[in-house]
Amino acid sequence: MATETKSRSSSEITWESLLGPHTFFGRILNPMIRKRRTLAGAMTWIGLFLLIAFVLIAFLAPLFTLAGLLRDPEQALCGSDYHYCFVGETRLVNQAPGGLALMGTDYLGRDIFSRVLFGTRTSLEIMSIGVFLALLIGFPVGLYSGYTGGRLDRVFVLVMDSIYAFPSLLLAAIIAVILGKGVFNIGIAITVIYVPLYFRVTRNHTLSIKQETYVEAARALGAKPWTVMWSYIAYNVIVAIPVIFALSAADAILTAAGLSYLGYGIERPTPDWGLDLSDAQTFSNAMWWTTLFPGVMIVLLTVGLSFLGEGLNDLVNPLLKKERM
Amino acid sequence: MHYATDRGAVNALDDVSLSLSAGETLGIVGETGCGKSTLGKAILGVMPGNARVRGQVVFGGKDLLTLDDESFRRLRGKDIALIFQDPMTRLNPLLTIEDHFTEEIRAHEAVSRDAARTRARTALESMGIPESRMRNFPHEFSGGMRQRIMIALALVMRPSVLIADEPTTSLDVIVEAQILEILEDLRKAYQMALLLITHNLGIVAEACDRVAVLYAGKIAEIGPVREIFAKPIHPYTQGLLKSVIHLETKELSSIDGSPPDLVDPPTGCRFHPRCPYAQDICTREVPALLEYREHQAAACHFGKDFV
Amino acid sequence: MIAESAPSDAPASLLEVEDLVVHYPVKMPFLQSLVFRDKPVVHAVDGVSFVLQPGEILGLVGESGCGKTTVGRTVLRLTEPTSGHIRFEGVDITTLKEKQIRPLRTKIQIIFQDPHASLNPAMSIGRAIGHPLEVHGISDDPQEIREAVLAIMREVGLTPAELLYHQYPGDLSGGQKQRAVIARAMILRPRLLVADEPVAMLDMSIRAKVLELMLDLKARHNLTYLFITHDLATAKFVCDRIAIMYLGRIVEIGSAKEIYADPKHPYTRALLAAIPVPDPTKRGPKVLPRGEVPDAIRPPAGCRFHPRCRSVLATCGWEGRDFVEFLEERWLDEKIAQAEANLGPIDEWAYQGLEARRAAPQNVAGIAETIRRILENGLPAFAAAVSSIGVEEGEIVVRFRTADDLRPKLVEGRTVECLLY
Repeated sequence: MATETKSRSSSEITWESLLGPHTFFGRILNPMIRKRRTLAGAMTWIGLFLLIAFVLIAFLAPLFTLAGLLRDPEQALCGSDYHYCFVGETRLVNQAPGGLALMGTDYLGRDIFSRVLFGTRTSLEIMSIGVFLALLIGFPVGLYSGYTGGRLDRVFVLVMDSIYAFPSLLLAAIIAVILGKGVFNIGIAITVIYVPLYFRVTRNHTLSIKQETYVEAARALGAKPWTVMWSYIAYNVIVAIPVIFALSAADAILTAAGLSYLGYGIERPTPDWGLDLSDAQTFSNAMWWTTLFPGVMIVLLTVGLSFLGEGLNDLVNPLLKKERM
Repeated sequence: MHYATDRGAVNALDDVSLSLSAGETLGIVGETGCGKSTLGKAILGVMPGNARVRGQVVFGGKDLLTLDDESFRRLRGKDIALIFQDPMTRLNPLLTIEDHFTEEIRAHEAVSRDAARTRARTALESMGIPESRMRNFPHEFSGGMRQRIMIALALVMRPSVLIADEPTTSLDVIVEAQILEILEDLRKAYQMALLLITHNLGIVAEACDRVAVLYAGKIAEIGPVREIFAKPIHPYTQGLLKSVIHLETKELSSIDGSPPDLVDPPTGCRFHPRCPYAQDICTREVPALLEYREHQAAACHFGKDFV
Repeated sequence: MIAESAPSDAPASLLEVEDLVVHYPVKMPFLQSLVFRDKPVVHAVDGVSFVLQPGEILGLVGESGCGKTTVGRTVLRLTEPTSGHIRFEGVDITTLKEKQIRPLRTKIQIIFQDPHASLNPAMSIGRAIGHPLEVHGISDDPQEIREAVLAIMREVGLTPAELLYHQYPGDLSGGQKQRAVIARAMILRPRLLVADEPVAMLDMSIRAKVLELMLDLKARHNLTYLFITHDLATAKFVCDRIAIMYLGRIVEIGSAKEIYADPKHPYTRALLAAIPVPDPTKRGPKVLPRGEVPDAIRPPAGCRFHPRCRSVLATCGWEGRDFVEFLEERWLDEKIAQAEANLGPIDEWAYQGLEARRAAPQNVAGIAETIRRILENGLPAFAAAVSSIGVEEGEIVVRFRTADDLRPKLVEGRTVECLLY
C-alpha cells in the first residue's frame, strides 16, 4: 500500500481529505476507476455520463433560449420558416420532423425538440426534491430507529412498512390530488413514497453494524449514543446510500412521468415528458414524433440512473466470488 | 500458484514441492499469509475463480491438475477428503446430518438408501453421536460436535488422503485434544495419510511425523518433526519455535516485522527483512531448498552454519 | 459470599466482584415463549466472586462458554448483571445508570479479542486513538489532542507515528491494529484494563511483542489487568493470580505459581493435560474428560463438572438426566443395546430432578439388578449415588441421593470448589 508522508493538521481540506481512499467519495471513485474495464465499471461510467449530460441540458437550456439558439418551449410556431406566431396566423400543428423543427411540432405547434430538452428540468426538479427530501428524512430516522430499537423502532417500522406496501403510483396520485398541482407538490408526493426505502435500507445496515466490535468499543470508551450513532455507525452505513439514491432516482423519474401522464401534478403549459406523452395521444393521434421523443428521454434518463445504481452496487458492495467446485 | 487481483498477481505459493506417503502425517505450518490454506485448496482444485495454478499434483500416478472437472469431482471425497476450520462451511444448514451422509455415500457409490443410512449410523456412532440425533440439523450441534461430524463425513468414504485445514483452530483445548485423538485413531485404523495444515506448533509436535514450514509462499524448511523441533536450521523456524508460548516458557521472544505483501515480495530470500542473520547475498539470491541433514532440508544461504 | 477475603490492613482493593450472576433470556419465537412458563435462560455467569488488588494481573481462564468474556464485559457494565455486586474503588457500580457510568469509563477500559474488528474502518488511526479525549471533553484543542495521540502511539510502538496517524485500519497489520487498540484504551490513563483474549488472533511470532508491551505499560503506569484467555500457557506467563472458570462458576482461584505447580480441581488438571506441548519428545496419551461442555441453559446439578470428571464422587450431584444420557451413550453400541433391550428404547425414559423413570415393562424382575450391574461396571461413583431403584405406580423409578453442598474451600493457599476436599 503506498503511503505518503504528510504532516498537516487534520482540519485542512485537501484533495486527499475529500477524495482519499477512505472518504465517502473516495470509496466510490476508487472502484470506479480501478474497475472501469469491467461490466459494472462500464455501466457506472455510462450512467454517470448520461446523468451529467441531462443535468447539463437542464442548466443550459434556458441559457440557450436566451441566446436564441433554442426555441421557447411554450411558444407556438408559424410560417414556413418556423417563427413564433403573430395574432391571427395559423399554427403549424403536428408537423413532422424536418427542416427547421428537428423533432417536429406538437398539437399546439410548439417545437418538440425544445420541449423535450426543457422537460429535463421539470423531471430533474421533481426527482431532486423528492429523492433528496426522502434521504434527509429517511436516513436519520432509520439510523435512530435502528440504533435505539424498542417500541419507537417498532412504531416506525410499522408506519414505514404500511407506506411501502401501498402501490406507489396510487399513493403519489392521492397525495398529488390533496396537495394540488405544481412541481414542488409532486416532489413532496415522491418524497413520501421513497422515505420508507431509505428508512429501511439505513435501518438494516444500522442493525448489522450495531453488532460490530468497534461499536461496542465506542460505547466502552464512554461515547454518548449520538456520537456512536454518527461517528461510528452513520459513516459506515452511508456507503450504501448512493446505490439506493441512484436507483430510487430512476424510479422517481418513472413515477413522476407516470403521474403527469395520468394528469396529476404538472400544469400546462410546463414542458414535461409525461404530460406531453399524454397530450400527444389525446390530441395528436399519437403521431410518431409526438410520442417517440418524450418517451425516449424518459427511457434514457431512467436507464442512465439505473446503470449508475446497479453498477455502483456491484462495485461498492462486491459479491463473494464463487469457488470452482 | 497465484491469485489475479486488482492489485496485481498475489503470489500465494511459489515453487512448493511436497510428498506424502501412506499412513504418515505431514504438518504444514505457517502464519498469516504464508499460503498454507491455499496449498490445501490447490491440491484439491477448489480454488476461487481468479486463481491460476501451475505445477503438478500427482496422486496414484495421475496428475490431478490435468484431470477434467468430472473425474476430479469423483476423486474428491472418495480418495482425497478435505476438512475445514469452520465446519459450517461444509455442512448444509438445510440438510439433516443423516442426509449429509447418505448424499455423500450415494454420490460416490451405487448403494440403496437403507444401506447408506446404516453406514451413516455406524460412522456417526463411532463419533459418539446417538441415533436419536441423526435427524438434527447442523446448527443444533455444538462446535466440537460439528467438527466431529465433518470428520466422519470426510472419512465415510475411506479416503486414502485427508487434508485438514486448521481443523481445531476455533475449538477449545479439551475438544481439540479429543479431535486429535480421533484423527490419530482413524489414521491408524485406515492407514490414511494426513496433511495437517495449522499455525499451532503444539499440534504439529503432538500429531505429525514430518513438517513443512511455509513462509510467504515458499517452503522454508521441511523434515522430520523431531529433528526440526530439536535442531531447526532455517532462521524463521528458529524464531518461530522460540516465540511459541508454552507452560515452560521463561522468556518471551518474537520475530521483528510482519509477513510480507505477496503482491510485491522482498527480493532474494523473502525472509531477509526480518532475519537477524541476513547478509548481502540474502537480498539478491533466492536460496535453494537443500538437504542439510538426512531428510531435513532448508532454504537458507547459510544453512550449513546452523546445522 | 466472597471467595477470598482480603486481609484487613491491605490496601483498598481495586475491583470487587461479589456473587455476580448474568443470565441471558433465550431467544425464541414469540408463540413458543407464550407456551413456556419458566422462561429458559442462559446461565452465562452463575455466582462469580473475586477481588482484584491494584497492580496485579488476574487471569480468567476457561473454555468458550464458561462465562469469562461475560464477566469481563459486565465489569465494564457493557452487559447488565442479573444480580450480585461489582465494586470499583469501593463504589458499588452494579446498578448505576449509564450517565453515571460514563465518567468511570476513563478509569476502566477494555481491549477486545479481534483487532480487525475493534477499529472503526471509517476513522483514521489518529482520530480513533484520540477519540476518547474528545468524547470525555478532556481537551478541545486539536493540536493538543494530536500531540497526546502521537505520544501514546510512540509509547505503544506504532511508529513512525506521524505516518501511521493518517492511515486507516485497513492499511495496518494485525499486530499494529492491536497496538492501536491498546493505545486507544491507554490514552485515558485507566487504572483497570480488561483484556479479552488480546493475543488470541495474532500470529505466534508477534504475540510476544504485544504481551511485552502490555507488561511494560503495566509497570510504567501501575495498571491492573483482568486478563481473559483460554490459553493456559499465556496465562501462566503473564498472570499473578488465576481463576479457572467452568460453566459460569469459578472452580479454582489462587496464585498462578501454586495452581500450575499443583492443580487441585480436576477440571484444572484436565485443562493442563490437554494443552498440546510443542515438544515432540513429550508425546503421550492424555486423560481427557468425557464428553463436551454441556448446555448453559440447563447446567448439571451440584458440581457442574461432575458428568465429565474422572475423579467424580457419589455425592457430586448425580441426577436423573445423567442416567438417561448414560444409557444413551451406552446404547450407541449395537451389541450392548441388544443385550439390554429389556431396559427399553431410550425414548421411553424421562427425567426430572433426581429421578429417572419409565413405564414398567412386562418383565420387571431383574431390571434393578441389571441397572445396578451396568452402573457399577461403568462408573462406581455413579452406582453409589443411586439411592433406590423400584417400581412405583407402574413405573420404574431410579432415584439418586441429594448431592452434598458445594462450597469454595481454602486448600493450600488457593480456593477450590470441589467435593474432593
